[in-house]
Amino acid sequence: MTDSNLFEQQAKNRRRSAWLTAGFVVFTAWVGFGGDLGIYLATKDAQEGYRHVVPIIGLVLSLLAGTIAWRSWAHGAEQVLRAAAASELVEPATPEQARLVNVVEEMAIASGLPKPRVWIVPDSDPNAFATGKDPTSAHVAVTEGLLATLDRDELQGVVAHEMAHIRNYDIRLMTLLAAMIGAILIASDLMRNFIRYGGRLGRPGSSRGGGKKGGNPLALVVLGIWLLTLIVAPLVTRLLAMSVSRKREFLADATGAQFTRNPMALASALEKLEAAVGATRSIAKGAAHMCIVDPGQRVLGGKAGFRGLGSHPPISERLARLRAMSFLPNRSPAVLSE
Amino acid sequence: MGILIVLAIVAVVLFWLIGAYNGLIALKNRVLNAWKQIDVQLKRRHDLIPNLIETVKGAMSFERQTLEAVISARNAAIGAQGVAATAKAEGELTQALGRLFALSESYPDLKATGNVAQLQEELSSTENKIAFARQLYNDEATLYNTKQMQFPTNMVAGMASATPAELWEIEDAAERAVPKVDFGFKPPAA
Repeated sequence: MTDSNLFEQQAKNRRRSAWLTAGFVVFTAWVGFGGDLGIYLATKDAQEGYRHVVPIIGLVLSLLAGTIAWRSWAHGAEQVLRAAAASELVEPATPEQARLVNVVEEMAIASGLPKPRVWIVPDSDPNAFATGKDPTSAHVAVTEGLLATLDRDELQGVVAHEMAHIRNYDIRLMTLLAAMIGAILIASDLMRNFIRYGGRLGRPGSSRGGGKKGGNPLALVVLGIWLLTLIVAPLVTRLLAMSVSRKREFLADATGAQFTRNPMALASALEKLEAAVGATRSIAKGAAHMCIVDPGQRVLGGKAGFRGLGSHPPISERLARLRAMSFLPNRSPAVLSE
Repeated sequence: MGILIVLAIVAVVLFWLIGAYNGLIALKNRVLNAWKQIDVQLKRRHDLIPNLIETVKGAMSFERQTLEAVISARNAAIGAQGVAATAKAEGELTQALGRLFALSESYPDLKATGNVAQLQEELSSTENKIAFARQLYNDEATLYNTKQMQFPTNMVAGMASATPAELWEIEDAAERAVPKVDFGFKPPAA
């Protein structure tokens, strides 16, 4: 990759991170104020008792969203690492750990970046991810299973792939996404329960209001859209995370190969990771897009029909591209698709 | 009106000059930094070798020649100055170390102690680090060289006192009898 491409990619990721944060805050505010509107409509014609005039839910949720966004920005990496129960590797105890530290140092040199902090995830399924805000405060985490499964060259390929995510500022976008997806999933769950509860509460009021032909049609349309966003939000954020990570995996594979000058090592590592059919249980669903291979059950992996659904491109296609980099004949003609 | 157009052109040219000049300086410093990275790793390798010799000396005493070759290659490498000379001396050290490790394969009791395996991992990691630092240095140097030769940046090259950086040739530069070209780029002494 030439320099201008790199800066373009970094700038794009910075911009997307800012947009994501803004979108998150706006969305949460919308969820809150939309709820206020609903309750306002339900209670507006009530002669006696509570009338919802102050949009208290919207205010509280906006404040909450701001806090979550700020926390994701400042402590997103720690949250992700804590969720995976990762422990930092400071003093390597075993030869494998010493090798990991060495390999990370090698790749830091090859990429010209400061050495990231190294973390171990206690999980026997092989997987790895990188997180952090920028290259100076980055983390690379690998599972115990990865250390046990891969040889030195393959480990180098995987770490190089993670260093590529760090250099491209993918980590910032991915970490924000992970932190916010979690928040949105919880929030939309809460709101759905609230509607169910609120619906029961509001019914007497609305039946009384119905007699008076109450209800501004515009407000009802807004309310309809509001309900729709609540239902669709978790799906949209998940899809967003997937689409964001799919393209970046190809790029990180290529940049990683540029660091090691050994694309086949990463290819054989990916093959081994693909062959491990178990799920990486330590890694929450909200962080799936951060991993080098999908941490879910890898049963559908590689099947072209599921291409649009996974958070990761099919391994077979990544392998084909890596083989093309090392001028090896491809067994599958998938290189030029996408 | 005419004056304004002239002023605008002058301003554009001036901004371009500043940008091109600063770009070259930034690249030059990246080359120097990359060279420093190599230096750090070379020093680490030089420091590790006495440990290695100490560990294998007992078991491999009758491989005196190999051990001495490593020691003398190390001392030559420490004294080397400049990119080409350093590259050559380090290349010889790499070969001497390679022979030593190849020989140590035939001493099973050496491998069994674990100490040697650990040292070997440290040394081969250092070799890798040198290789990657060299790769980074060559990449940065190529970027720098290309930039200062390309039109129109080459017009500013003199002003930024940019001279082509020497690339680190891989092993046995002398044997391949490459004509010696001195572009006058001197990295900081090792």
